[in-house]
Amino acid sequence: MTLRHRLRALGRASLAEPVGAVDPHTVASLASRLDAAAQARLGRSLAIRHVNAGSCNGCELELRALLGPLYALERFGLRFVESPRHADVLLVTGPVTRNMREAVEQAWDATPDPKWVVAVGDCAVDGGVFKGSYAVLDGAGAVLPVDLTISGCPPSPARLLAGLRALLEANAPVRRRG
Amino acid sequence: MTPREAIRAAPGEACRPEPRRVLAPDIWAALPQDPALRLLALWADTVQAHALLLDTTDGAVLPVSVAVQDGAYPALSVDWGGISAPQAAQPVSAAPAPPAAPALQHAPTASAWPGAAWFERMVHDLWGHTAVGAHDLRPWLDHGRWPHTMPLASRPGPPVVSPEPPEFLADDTEGLMQLPLGPVRDAIGEPAHLRLTLRGDSVLRAEARLGYAHKGTLLLLRGKSPRAAARFIARLSADATVAHALAFAHAAEIATESPAPPRAVALRALMAELERIAGHLDALSVLADCLEAAAFGGACCLHRELLRRAAEVAFGHRLMMDWVVPGGIAADIAPGGVEAVRRALQRLRDALPELQALADALAVRLRGIGSVSPELAALYALGGVAGRAAGRRFDARALYPPYAALGFSTLAGSGGDAAGRLRQQLGEIADSLHLTTALLDDLPDGAMNVPLQPVSGEGVGCAESPRGDIWHWLRLDHGQIAAAFLRDPGWALWPVAEAVLLDSRVEEADLVRISFGLPSSGVDL
Repeated sequence: MTLRHRLRALGRASLAEPVGAVDPHTVASLASRLDAAAQARLGRSLAIRHVNAGSCNGCELELRALLGPLYALERFGLRFVESPRHADVLLVTGPVTRNMREAVEQAWDATPDPKWVVAVGDCAVDGGVFKGSYAVLDGAGAVLPVDLTISGCPPSPARLLAGLRALLEANAPVRRRG
Repeated sequence: MTPREAIRAAPGEACRPEPRRVLAPDIWAALPQDPALRLLALWADTVQAHALLLDTTDGAVLPVSVAVQDGAYPALSVDWGGISAPQAAQPVSAAPAPPAAPALQHAPTASAWPGAAWFERMVHDLWGHTAVGAHDLRPWLDHGRWPHTMPLASRPGPPVVSPEPPEFLADDTEGLMQLPLGPVRDAIGEPAHLRLTLRGDSVLRAEARLGYAHKGTLLLLRGKSPRAAARFIARLSADATVAHALAFAHAAEIATESPAPPRAVALRALMAELERIAGHLDALSVLADCLEAAAFGGACCLHRELLRRAAEVAFGHRLMMDWVVPGGIAADIAPGGVEAVRRALQRLRDALPELQALADALAVRLRGIGSVSPELAALYALGGVAGRAAGRRFDARALYPPYAALGFSTLAGSGGDAAGRLRQQLGEIADSLHLTTALLDDLPDGAMNVPLQPVSGEGVGCAESPRGDIWHWLRLDHGQIAAAFLRDPGWALWPVAEAVLLDSRVEEADLVRISFGLPSSGVDL
């Protein structure tokens, strides 16, 4: 279901809320990572595959909120896809349980280059409250090269949106970044 | 003597509100033969296996235990028939047989609890105790990836590295197709593996495999005070973070005889109802997406978001995590919080007739899909929306304050199918709106929390989450957690969904699954 459908169905003007400027520091640091890796820029649209690596479902609740009419994620050119084969970004939530390690690695292998890894939520950043448990690997960094972290337990939709927009900005063609 | 009478005659160990009765193995094994008893949970510690039973004749919740001898206890997932369980246990406990995969789908009989099977597998993986005679002894939470086996046993075992992916039931019949779904599945969802065996487009067998979200929560609780442990409880399953924290608080408070003050009780109920409304709206928006019902989905998303924002104003956290603590609540509702919550609820109340009309149109498309019979609901003690829609009139809110004082009565549903669950969810949203109004109109004054006494004791607590009843058991040793178990409603929802998927068409499988709202993290512990 696209946002367009949803908004049309609501039968009123867009409810999407205005957003502020993207944080320039995050963009600069992401862009320098991109240059260092000599990666091709992906352009102003990103396909995101979410990988739940053992989250409590809190980050998922807030990610789903992004699809709602107030945040309207798709107006920015960001969309969630069902297959890692169609993804530019792997968005990892959860502390990466030992039982999910293999599935996370498979998702990474299936994602075509160039690709980004975003660790969402305190658990994915460093294990969060579950750090040190026998059953977890203390975050996405233990398994994948993480490009961007969005902390919070769970991060609010506004915070998620800011992080993802920074990623989008870093991927924009160089002349447009000024 | 019926098993029920035998339970009450058995010696009790100190546990509140009911003593925990220690049963002889033959009485334990005969429990499923009593048609009035339901199994709510099954777990263990290092020396005993424990079960939490519901006596449907008087509504009593009875904790019972059986000694674990030579690493074995009698299974509850099988019909022992005429065989005496302890005798049957002898040869197996001497030399544990390798776990064998049963060839057939559950064939539930009147005197066995098929719902015990997943618990028995979990007990084996975490404590190393074998349920003798069990229907199914394959690993459950342990996928062969942990640094040691039996993490909760007094002596955890050496690691067993399993290079194989999870083992599913074998099927060599020709002309069948296997459809594996997961563990990474929906665009934004929880990890779980569902394997459908198909003949043509009809589902011959559905087998779920969980454990992907296992984070070792039970071990993390050990040795902590209930206050310190509440952080882990709040993160067992975020869509029931308030309800799990509440069940845990109830268990800790009754074990230490430290009841929460009235203002905390009222504000906890307010948070639980906000969580319920938001949770139902979230489940409905996912269902709407599956049906491509844009207007309904958009409206559910909007109101869910408005409620979360109101919760942030009132309680400083959109999901109200860490706000319910053993002994009360962490802090008072913020200035302006009551008004913010009232405004969000009023907008939803105004929109409810429109939502109801849209839902009625959808219900037509859901009729007859994923139908749960009253017998199936009773067999698995299925609670929540799914259980009540199937005619099982059980709501844990009847068991704790302040609901009786608010005139709460369990909302009975009908139908048992996906349409019935949809109607039930909307009915419960309207019901919760009434409850929140009553709570906000009459918030008592007073303290936010009381300190828990650092005593030893055991307690059982419950709470009704958006998905169903939650049960927590807690054993405290001088104020620190010695052992605990946390039973999420997913323990009943998943096996019922497996059973219901049989004979459904493969195109409907997603809809069936989504209409149950199957959780992973809470069951995976």
